[in-house]
Amino acid sequence: MTTVLTDTGEFEAPDAAGSDGALWLSGREAEDATGWVSKSEGICKGDICVPLPPGREQEFVRGSRLNLAALWRHLGQPAVHSDRGHVWVLAASARERSAALGSLEAPDFTLPDASGRPHSLSDYRGKKVFLVTWASW
Amino acid sequence: MWQALQDELARENFTVIAVAMDSREGDPLPWIEAAKPTYPALIDREHRLAELYGVVNVPQAIWIDESGRIVRPAEAAGAYEGFRKMNRATRELPEDAARLTTEAKTTYVNAVRDWARRGDASEHALTAEGARAHLPALTEDMATAQAMFRLGQFLLRHGEKEEGDRWLREASRRHPESWCIWRQGAGVTELGLAALPDFWERVDALGEKRYYPPVDMKGMP
Repeated sequence: MTTVLTDTGEFEAPDAAGSDGALWLSGREAEDATGWVSKSEGICKGDICVPLPPGREQEFVRGSRLNLAALWRHLGQPAVHSDRGHVWVLAASARERSAALGSLEAPDFTLPDASGRPHSLSDYRGKKVFLVTWASW
Repeated sequence: MWQALQDELARENFTVIAVAMDSREGDPLPWIEAAKPTYPALIDREHRLAELYGVVNVPQAIWIDESGRIVRPAEAAGAYEGFRKMNRATRELPEDAARLTTEAKTTYVNAVRDWARRGDASEHALTAEGARAHLPALTEDMATAQAMFRLGQFLLRHGEKEEGDRWLREASRRHPESWCIWRQGAGVTELGLAALPDFWERVDALGEKRYYPPVDMKGMP
């Protein structure tokens, strides 16, 4: 069992194989976890398609399986994994985060309160929000 | 801590949202239970706000208007450098540091108040151009560090202490400016606190560099 942590959450991928810098997921798992899908134009997410480097297609796609680690590296996005490859974090790049902040639209998030109830920033749209961090440390 | 402000400004269509950058979810609970805030008090165990907003320390705050626009990006929320002059045995501040600490806090709180009441008309509300100029500079090392932090915390939560701690240390090496990462990292005591001598050593190592980078706000010391 491989757990993949992404911007949208934690995904269990029973069909995944993650080792030697590769993270192969079934097409369905890859789409559920990250939104990326293999198509004839390349690997696509929404309106964006990334063509595969000629001669290196097999690094990224084999049949219906997708190597998300190779894709992440290709896109310059951080991908880190546990020693034995059973947990992967596929993160957004600083460039993407900076572009999002540059739009000045406050990025949405969902976090629990002390009772475990989830709150999203977007729940408070229509009010001025003073978003302040603190810690017990 | 922000309850008085919330009480005062609730009718101004304003809300505090306090987020505890605590990876061990039990840690902030006693504080929240004692404070009983009337505003959302959330827990950010994976430091999502660090990933999204470039938060590196506490207290830092972001101002967001009614339409969801960032009015002031992440910056120190009234906290001041003066604590570095504290007598470490007695925990007393010299008079000038104490005065400036209070001044920083008061200036900041008054600014929040002014913005809550006057919105864009407040001199403390940054224009779009101003807000962009004040955005934190995010590097790929920082993004990688946050991913390592998230990995380390996941492993710790699942009982893999040795490897989890290793990833947290690596995360801190990759993003040394993040006090959030360092203070949640390996070597914390049972209380979740970085050992005090280690903390002071790291603060002292800053030298002339600020623990809380200066806030561009009129009247801020």
